[in-house]
Amino acid sequence: MSGTFTPRPGAAPLHRMVLAQASMEARLMLRNGEQLLLAIVIPVIVLVGAVQGADRIDLELSGRPIDEFAPGVLALAVMSTAFTSLAIATGFERRYGVIKRLGSSPLPRTGLLLGKIGALLLVELLQGVVITAVALGLGWDPDVSVLGVLLTVVAGTAAFASLGLLLAGALRAEATLAAANLVYLLLMAGGAVVLPSTAYGAFGDVVRWLPSGALGDSMRAALLDGALDPMGLAVLAGWAVVGAVLTARTFTWE
Amino acid sequence: MTSYTWPVSDTAPAVVVDGLVMRYGDKVAVDELSLTVGRGSITAVLGPNGAGKTTTLETCEGYRRPQRGTVQVLGLDPVKDRRDLLPRIGVMLQGGGAWSGVRAMEMLRHVAKLHAHPLDVEMLSDRLGLADCGRTPYRRLSGGQQQRVGLAMALVGRPEVVFVDEPTAGMDPQLRRTTWELLEELRGDGVSVVLTTHYMDEAERLADHIHIIDRGRLIASGSPLELTRGGSTATIRLVVTRPFPPGSPESLRAALGEAIVVTQLDDVSLLVTGPADASTLAKVSRWCDENQVLPESLTLGVRNLEDVFLQLTGRELAT
Repeated sequence: MSGTFTPRPGAAPLHRMVLAQASMEARLMLRNGEQLLLAIVIPVIVLVGAVQGADRIDLELSGRPIDEFAPGVLALAVMSTAFTSLAIATGFERRYGVIKRLGSSPLPRTGLLLGKIGALLLVELLQGVVITAVALGLGWDPDVSVLGVLLTVVAGTAAFASLGLLLAGALRAEATLAAANLVYLLLMAGGAVVLPSTAYGAFGDVVRWLPSGALGDSMRAALLDGALDPMGLAVLAGWAVVGAVLTARTFTWE
Repeated sequence: MTSYTWPVSDTAPAVVVDGLVMRYGDKVAVDELSLTVGRGSITAVLGPNGAGKTTTLETCEGYRRPQRGTVQVLGLDPVKDRRDLLPRIGVMLQGGGAWSGVRAMEMLRHVAKLHAHPLDVEMLSDRLGLADCGRTPYRRLSGGQQQRVGLAMALVGRPEVVFVDEPTAGMDPQLRRTTWELLEELRGDGVSVVLTTHYMDEAERLADHIHIIDRGRLIASGSPLELTRGGSTATIRLVVTRPFPPGSPESLRAALGEAIVVTQLDDVSLLVTGPADASTLAKVSRWCDENQVLPESLTLGVRNLEDVFLQLTGRELAT
């Protein structure tokens, strides 16, 4: 018995499934015009605009504007991908039954999650390359802690991804789209991502505890002072745990 | 590398549902349902919309946990043993299941990569007539094309059992025939096919075994022949121009005698089932005359699955 459809079932090895899922999701994210705008175009505009603007209005910054803003914009890029892009993509995956479909494939849920994280890191890598190139072109002179950058990206991605999934799992796709963009805009303006929390005066003590402030401050510590920011990393880890626990309790696959 | 070893002693039925009860709030979707699906056959779960077909299927696919009763697929528990079971089954959802921006072939290749020994995706897309739209984004595919991508995703992993939910809904007659032939080829190659449908002709033409479900309950089971035979049984369908006067089924039954079953289908149509002969037809005609009802049509035919279904649900409605 050896027809065309003679059964020969089996799951692919986990690492191959995760790789396939990550590259698929990254490709879809980069193919989508709005997502690309969010991932690359807006951070680059913010970077150029902030550097130009800082020369005209007198901001109290500890270093040169480009050295201050480049880490902030890298933090913004992490936030846009791990939170906004992920929430929107996942919201529509639930709507279109993609998650349900994959739920009956050999890909386990942990594999799906690992694939999503892999896709986020791939997109963030691309964002990092583009933004770094633009920043260096504007005269950026960083003092790098490689470990600091890696820990910040991982902790920031974990915190924002868990919050993005929480949002996508709780709301309808359109509501997720609106909320994810709104939260992104609010945090970009007032969340101490691009501007350091010290620039917010007394309010700085509040925004430091937001995931956006912690991500921005931690990224600045790693690229402005070449140092780790234990407090910022701890705040991000805290948000990641809270987000993951709430997501695990509330997320439904449809 | 994961390699699959075929359990030689594996003789478990494809599906065993035993006393399944599923509720959504107050509404009972599946009510004490029990059925068995043998290996290497095509089994149709037939019923109207809302009968509980999809809920039953989704319980077999591990999406829903039985609230009461048990479900086993290939001898495994779809929830507890899902990691062992999922690679061995193929699932075609009633709709959706792909990213809106993904190209048809890209989606199929992706699902293929999740399996150890997938089918050749080019061959599969040719067989399903998807070659022309391989680069088209999923959201731009027609309903029928999306259905076929869904079927391809269910088959690409070379499963032992495939669950297909309304596989030909929205397909034109030619595509339906092609899909039926494909499902028959699957059976020929040893794949067990479980399909839900509300098309009587699909079940009658395709299935080795039919389970008729209505309002969550199994009301009949058997091969198409077993379900439709009954010796010289035939049906007379009477459709009238104005609603029947009250008590018509009873009065007609009294006029026709013991061996006849009269089922009221709606305000203006009755189904008469029993020994088929000209005298019955003549008696029905005379009854119309005596009761001043004007027949719009009076047709005599061999009992088909549709009659079986209407008769069964009609009888249940009366109780």
